[in-house]
This record gives sequence, structure tokens and C-alpha cells, in this order.
Amino acid sequence: MKILTSTMGAVALAATCLTASGAAAQDPGPAAYANAMEGKRIVMIPMAMGFDLAQGWAGYLSQEIPNFGGTFETRDPNWSVEAGAQAITEAIAADPKPDVLIVMPPDLNSYSKLMRRAQKAGIYVFLIDNPANFKADAFFGGDWTDMGRIEAREAVRACGEDSSKQIGLVQGDQTNATSLFQYAGIVEEIAKHPGFEIVAKPDSNWDATTSRNVTTTMLQQNPDICAIIDFWDGDAIGAAAAIRELGMSDKVHLIANGGGEQTADCDMINSGGYGAVVSTSVRRESYDMLAMMKYLFQNDIKPGETSAYIYTETETINSENITSASCWSLKEFASAN
Amino acid sequence: MNTSLFSQERIVIIAAALIAVLASVSLSGFLNVTNAVTIVRSISVLGIFALGMAIVVIGRGIDLSMVAVMAMSVAWYLQMLNSGRSELFALSLVLLAVVFIGLVNGFLVAYVRVPPIFVTLATGLFVFGFVRSQLIPSDAIAVPNGHWLEAVGKFRLAGLPADVLVFIVLSLLVFLFLRFTKWGRYAYFAGDNPVTARITGMPVRPMILLRYTLAALFSFIAGLLTAASLLSIQTRVINSSLLYDIILVVVIGGIGLSGGKGGVRNVLVGAALIGILLNALTIADVSLLFQNLIKSAILLVAIILDGVLNPRDEQTAQQGDI
Repeated sequence: MKILTSTMGAVALAATCLTASGAAAQDPGPAAYANAMEGKRIVMIPMAMGFDLAQGWAGYLSQEIPNFGGTFETRDPNWSVEAGAQAITEAIAADPKPDVLIVMPPDLNSYSKLMRRAQKAGIYVFLIDNPANFKADAFFGGDWTDMGRIEAREAVRACGEDSSKQIGLVQGDQTNATSLFQYAGIVEEIAKHPGFEIVAKPDSNWDATTSRNVTTTMLQQNPDICAIIDFWDGDAIGAAAAIRELGMSDKVHLIANGGGEQTADCDMINSGGYGAVVSTSVRRESYDMLAMMKYLFQNDIKPGETSAYIYTETETINSENITSASCWSLKEFASAN
Repeated sequence: MNTSLFSQERIVIIAAALIAVLASVSLSGFLNVTNAVTIVRSISVLGIFALGMAIVVIGRGIDLSMVAVMAMSVAWYLQMLNSGRSELFALSLVLLAVVFIGLVNGFLVAYVRVPPIFVTLATGLFVFGFVRSQLIPSDAIAVPNGHWLEAVGKFRLAGLPADVLVFIVLSLLVFLFLRFTKWGRYAYFAGDNPVTARITGMPVRPMILLRYTLAALFSFIAGLLTAASLLSIQTRVINSSLLYDIILVVVIGGIGLSGGKGGVRNVLVGAALIGILLNALTIADVSLLFQNLIKSAILLVAIILDGVLNPRDEQTAQQGDI
């Protein structure tokens, strides 16, 4: 009898122990996470879908969002400001509403009101790459003024002290924040280096042919230019063509701003078309966006309540530091798209 | 043709010369051979477009699909090469497609009688949308390594790049076509008064097909030259002001939008004015905002001048004409 009792006691004890260890293994994280993230709808509205940055973000986001049970969609305004505005309006009115709108605004002001409306409707608004006059739930991308400074430092470094110290710019336009801020940063940095000056600063209007024409004229008028900063790798191939056609590849260091994509940037550095690319990392921007979503969804924060600038570190890729890992490649997503 | 003392062509020549003199005096570095080549180069591709547009406009039409045809045909061509198609296959398929689009434009204008401004607006958008969504993966397509377009980009004859030479040759060919061929001469009559031209027995409608096909082919040539220089084609160019620049060159040169007037000389004059003006403004480091302002002011003046010098002919004007 005694044996029976002790055996039963042992079994009961063992059972208790088992139950206790079971409870200890029950991490509250996965359930809370799944609960908060399940079924979230994320819509991205870049300036256009057909270029490297947008395809990169979409590639990384569409890999991870389904993992937490969310859905990811994109809209393609194809560089039309009106089409983008319409896409935002439709997203606000959609049923079910998206939980996050990722917007790449074409300029400082066009979408500000619409994005405020989206926040009021209960949608988190993320700004990507291009700043706007609007308090977004988070901004992701580079600090454009600082990118200007970094580009200017690269130009100063490439020219050297014994050079003509003449620097030329190929700006984008006079309305886009990325262009205005980059310019401000460049001017600020150049002023710190005695003797260096900006001798010409035409606009490309983000068009490669225009970039080629203005760069040709700029170099013919100022043949001593030792570095040119073009504000976007999308049109800098025009500046590169002008330098190549004038036979000045050895004399002029062309610095472009880009997203660090293989064919757009690293291949151009390897072929000598670009001297350097100052780039933000599309991959890091994408993972930053995902982290911010995870944070917001699991906390009781209303859209518009908080705001943060999530700047990604900027890197300068040039022929001296380039490696096979310097760039990411659109080909990674070729099968996904 | 306008033979009055102050024809638009003369006014534009005088304006271009004035700007050139002013720029030579005030901007060091404007007046020299290399800058002259740069000016001509900067307007060559625009000029090739304008030649195609001029042929259509003289016959009282307009082709708004030119820039779409230019960018998308070349993008598709390069994409086929990049995905391993043979040169012969890719080139012939794209040429067929370009001719087909020209024929569709012409057919809808000539036989279905839809105003050209709507036809070509629609076909342009269709070409862009179809190629972009179905045939190419991205909005910039690179020229494959070692392709003959690279050689075209490097080619120089007496210091002149290929686009300038092609522009010169095409100008000559268009001049010969408009001056010495039957269908070229007829273009003026058909543009001036289509109904009378048809009653007289001219093949007015097949001629329209030819003109839009030529415009499409000129667009393709302009696209190939652009790709040769940049080693890639950017379909974003659709959203640029290129199309308006083409119309600008045609209109300020003095080719009336109501048809029946003008010729290659007008295209050359219009292109010269724009080239000299933009080059001088760039050398003077004038920002793009002001360049666009000045360009649009000139277009406005030219259109007003066009309206005064070439008033609408109420007898032959049709709804939908420009």
C-alpha cells in the first residue's frame, strides 16, 4: 500500500513537473507576434515600379511580408504625379484599408495633404527615399544633405590638392527634395576646402540625353574640371557618355548617386564609366521598414502619433574599395517577379 | 510657301543669328568649332524626330506617338538581344512592329477618319503600355557588350558623330522626297486641301499611311542613335518634354500646323534656334526652370505667329484639325 502511495506520489510529482516545464516553454512572443501581424496589408506606391530602387524594395518586402501572414501590393504611377495621387486616394478608400502605405513622393509638397488624410483614416504612412513636408510615421532612406557632403568629399579626394580644384555638378531639377538637399550639402562641404569651387551646375531634369548634352558643354567650357557629381545614376550614364566621348575618362572623376544595384552602379564602376557611387542600401532600407512595421503593429500607437527618421548609412563605392559584395542585384528577384 | 518679306522662317533665322552674336560677345567659349559641333550634336536626334514630324504635319497631321515608338521599339530590340535572340531576328521583328504601328496610325487617320491627335495619342500610350508591361522587365535596357551600336556611338567622320551625319543624310533624303517625288509633292496639296486633292485623283489615303510609317521609322532611327550614345535606352523619356520639343522645332521653324506649308529648311532653322539658345543658356549656367520658361515663351510666340501668318482655312478646316 505504502509502495502504491509513494508510486502515485511520484507519478503526481512527475506530472506536476512536466506541466511546469511545459508552461516555462510557452514563450508569449510568437502568439503575440502572430496575433499582431496576421493579415496586415501593406501597399507601396513608389514614383514608378520599373526602376532598380522600387524593384529592390518590392523584392525584399515581398519575400518577408508573407512570412508573417501579411499581404504586399504595389502600385505603379510610372513617374506620373497624378497617377500616384490617385493611387494614394484609392488606397485610403479601399476596403479593407491597407495598414501601411509606403510612399516615395516626387517632391516636397504634392502628396502631403493626401498622406495626412491617410493617417487620419488609420493608415501608417512610411516615406521612402524622398523626404516631404509631412510628419510621416517614419522616413526611410538617406540623409540627402549628408549624401551631398559625402559626394563632395569624394570629389575633393579624387581631385587632390594639386588639381585644378574645379568641380562640376549635374543637378536633377529645382523642385525635388533630393536634388535641393544634395546641392546644399555639396555647397556646404566644398566651402570647407579652400581653393575648391563649383564651376558649373546645370540640371539634367533626370534625363540621360540632357545630362550628356549639358556635361559635354560644361566640360568644353571648363576643360580643367577634375570631378563631376551627377545627382542620380538613372541619368548619370549620359554624363558618363559625354566624358567617354570627349576622351576625358582619365581626367574626370564622375561621382553618381544611386541605390547600389549591380548593373546600375557596380558594373559602371568596373567599366570605368563612373568613378564612384554614393549609395544608400536598398536592402537595409527594406529591413528597416519591416522592423518598423513589426514594432508599430505590436504597440498601441495611432498613425501620426509618432514620427522617426530612420536614416540608412551611406556608403561610397569606388574602384579602390569595390568588392563583389558591394552591390545587390536585381537578378536576385528575377524569379520572384 | 510663304514668300512675304517677313516670313516666320526669316524671323527665326534673324533671332537665331542675334542670339548667336550676343552669346559670342558675352560668353567666352561659345564661338568655336568644338562648341559648334556640340550644338549640332545636341539637336541631331531632335532634328531627326522633327523631320519625321514635319512630313506628317505638312500633310495636315500630327504624330504624338513618336517618342513612345522611339523608346519602346529600341527597348524591346535590346531586350530581345539581351535574352539571347539573334540580331537578324530581333531587328526584323522590331522593324516590322515599327512599320505596323505607322500603318495603324495612318489607317485610323485615313480610313477610319479619327483625328490624328487622338489616334496617335492613343497608339503612343498603347505602345508604351504594351511593351513596358509585356515585353521588357525594367524601364532602362542596356546595350549588350560588343553590339554594333557601341561602334556607332564611337564613330566619328571629320569630327562629326554618327547622329549628326545621319541627321544630315536624312535631311537630304526628306528634302528630295518632298521636292522631287510625286507622293512628296502631293503631301503639300493633300495638306492644303485634302478634299480637293482627293477629287483631283491623288491617292490621298495611301499617302497618309506612308507618312505615318516614315514618322515611325524616323523615331526608330532616333532611338537607335540615342542608345548608341548612352549605351542604354531609358523608357522614362516618355515622360520628358521631348515630344513638345519636337513640336516646338517644327512650329517655330515655320511649318504651319494647319498643313501644306514648310519643308526641311524650316526644320533646320527651328532646330538651329533651339540648339543655339539652349547651349548659350547652359554655358551661362541658367537653371532649368528659366530654360523651360524661355522655351515655352518662344513656343507661345511661334504659335501666335503661326496663327497670324497661316490662318485656319475655314473652307477646308475639319473638326479635330489642330
